Amino acid sequence: MGIASTIKAFTLWEFVKAHALTLKYFFKPKATINYPYEKNPLSPRFRGEHALRRYPNGEERCIACKLCEAVCPAQAITIEAEPRDDGSRRTTRYDIDMTKCIYCGLCQEACPVDAIVEGPNLDFATETREELIYDKAKLLDNGDRWESAIAANLAADAPYR
Amino acid sequence: MPKVKVDGIEVEVPAGATVLQACEAAGKEIPRFCYHERLSIAGNCRMCLVEVKPGPPKPQASCALPAAENQEIFTNTPMVKHAREGIMEFLLINHPLDCPICDQGGECDLQDQSVAYGRGHSRFAENKRAVTEKYMGPIVKTVMTRCIQCTRCIRFAEEVAGVEEIGAIYRGENMQITSYLEEAVTSELSGNVVDLCPVGALTSKPYAFEARPWELKKTLSIDVMDAVGTNIRLDSRGRQVLRCVPRVNDDVNEEWASDKTRHAVDGLVRRRLDRPYVRRDGKLVATTWDEAFAAIAAVDHGGSIAAVAGDLVDCETMFAAKALLKEFGSTLLEGRQTGMDYDTSSLAAVNFNTTIAGTENADAILLVGTNLRWEAPLVNTRIRKAIKKGAKVFAVGPETDLTYKVEWLGADLSVLNALPDAVTEAFGKAERPMVIVGGGALKGAHGAALALVDTLGLVKDAASTGSGQGWNGFNVVHMAASRMGGLMLGYAQKAGISALHDAKLTFFLGADECDFAAFGGFKVYVGHHGDKGAHHADVILPGASYAEKSGTWVNLEGRVQRGERAVFPPGDAREDWTIFRALSERMGKTLAFDTLGELRAAMALDCADLAEPGLVTFPWSAPSLASTAEGVMQGYPIKDFYLTNAICRASPTMQRCSAELLHGETFAEAAE
Repeated sequence: MGIASTIKAFTLWEFVKAHALTLKYFFKPKATINYPYEKNPLSPRFRGEHALRRYPNGEERCIACKLCEAVCPAQAITIEAEPRDDGSRRTTRYDIDMTKCIYCGLCQEACPVDAIVEGPNLDFATETREELIYDKAKLLDNGDRWESAIAANLAADAPYR
Repeated sequence: MPKVKVDGIEVEVPAGATVLQACEAAGKEIPRFCYHERLSIAGNCRMCLVEVKPGPPKPQASCALPAAENQEIFTNTPMVKHAREGIMEFLLINHPLDCPICDQGGECDLQDQSVAYGRGHSRFAENKRAVTEKYMGPIVKTVMTRCIQCTRCIRFAEEVAGVEEIGAIYRGENMQITSYLEEAVTSELSGNVVDLCPVGALTSKPYAFEARPWELKKTLSIDVMDAVGTNIRLDSRGRQVLRCVPRVNDDVNEEWASDKTRHAVDGLVRRRLDRPYVRRDGKLVATTWDEAFAAIAAVDHGGSIAAVAGDLVDCETMFAAKALLKEFGSTLLEGRQTGMDYDTSSLAAVNFNTTIAGTENADAILLVGTNLRWEAPLVNTRIRKAIKKGAKVFAVGPETDLTYKVEWLGADLSVLNALPDAVTEAFGKAERPMVIVGGGALKGAHGAALALVDTLGLVKDAASTGSGQGWNGFNVVHMAASRMGGLMLGYAQKAGISALHDAKLTFFLGADECDFAAFGGFKVYVGHHGDKGAHHADVILPGASYAEKSGTWVNLEGRVQRGERAVFPPGDAREDWTIFRALSERMGKTLAFDTLGELRAAMALDCADLAEPGLVTFPWSAPSLASTAEGVMQGYPIKDFYLTNAICRASPTMQRCSAELLHGETFAEAAE
């Protein structure tokens, strides 16, 4: 044991150093936030809860091309389609099993019409598993609820795509 | 036999082959849209351009250029690559970018080839052309903006289907494909243009937007809508068969399928029997397998059991029923529900001996009481091919449009007793004569037609044909998929179905066409659809349709074919042979097979011809029958092509086809 370390041991230097660090952070601004009343900033590319979007005139965007269903690595998406009364191609069923989903975002990458997107919402915990199996109505409702945030995110990310 | 060099590979091709065929023989892939092996050459898409030396210093359309001796063909030079990119860019100029909503997406030639041979981007900034939709009937959906004018559909309608109802109007960029007068295409083969269309211009209307090709499970099966035994592929998702497309089999269906084959599959999920029923106080009530079996086991039949085979059942079902009857010492088996009682002592005398593929080579054909267009559409296309090679066709029966030129000899069958000179003359000159007897004429003219074998010289041995192979020109056209298999398994009584009327216990294996009131005993219906048979039954045992069981079927030429199970039967329904196996245990005579393999082994012992798939050749012998024909045919047995069996009758597509194409009803179309 050298002299320097002997002196450090007798002056309890490590304790002094640790307390100094504590004191330093005592006067710094706090990193913790008052969740859920406060939230951290999110990237526009954040991949949260799914939503099905609509066009400004209220027409749903999804055209039942089934590319998201095909690309989904977790096979969480189930789609059934048939011609709507006006002859256009629409889904009759669009289910996402949120318990299977791995939030990779490939579905929104595959979508040719920006219909399925992963929005900024991340706190959608439920009390039962069944509630996490989303159907088309729930997804469209999500889209209506989050449209302004989703549109802003897409616009912010557009230059990099 | 010209020898050509393709990219340095030397190949020898048959005389008359095209450069494209030479390239294929050398293993080189040539992109194409308009060229199709079974249609005439059009040469209008220009996608198959290759460089050919000697020749002009420009790319040549390989599909329309005959291969010549010492030709050098290049398929991967910069000139060819550049030409393909240019053609692809031209084709895509007016093609909309609507792949996500196009049903062809995933199985589209244009999509695949633009990825493989295209430039990757477009320089076309102007407006694209748009074309109005055309109406082509209840089967074909049109999105004509997507059309690239390959004219495959026009050539198919003209050459194979024989209805000149699709054509092109205007020229250049304005060219449009349309059905004449915007009416439904009346061909029973119209569904094939959907397969032929290399883009999404013609797609299947009943299947519109239902599924993508990549999500479907593909099962190889055999069609049961007619006796041709079309080789099909059933595409299913989950528990539902979504579509049926033909497979290539040059011996049977080439690569076509009739509309009924293709589109009756939506009947498989409607009007299904999914649980057993027992009749109590005159009403059918749903019950359990146990109680249904108990009700059958309680019947005091004393060995008087019969089985009637329906038109769609497989050989396994028929054999299981036969084995059960055998345990009780009964052989009361019959499949000819409508009361036919033709002689079956020689199966060759009730077989399509020339074979379907052999029909093409015939040079004189006499049709006796058969509307082939409805009874066996794919045999009809073969006759069209024979006519193209120069065959003459005569027909006895009520006049109808068979899509080719026929010399009608009247509806009176007695004309067979003394054929007109024109017929005897044509057959005298013919080397490969054919007589085709339909179900409608078997009653009055079977013997007379068999007598023609000698008078017209229909059966020739290998020595007299000079081709090394014999020729048998006597043919019978059956209409039920189960018929040949049934006859091989002994489902025929001398007196026809009336021999079964007094049985105390009768099993109806999906039989819906017979006269149920004539059956006095206890009636058990083993089948899959709630049709006429189920309506009259005392006990209903729910079985599996052709898509839901692995089965063996024998087509009208005696070809044993096997289909695989595509989906599971609905609800409590079971595969038919397992029903008989379980029932036999309750009736106290347990059958000796527990698996399908064991059943097939037992069936092979009973009828060796059914052991392996393949063409069975029945040795020719004609039974001695009264050789005078009599009777005037009032009509053909099939009254409505689209509604011939329980599956078709349950199918909304077939109902609509029948209403629109045969009964002239009109349907409002959704605007798009």
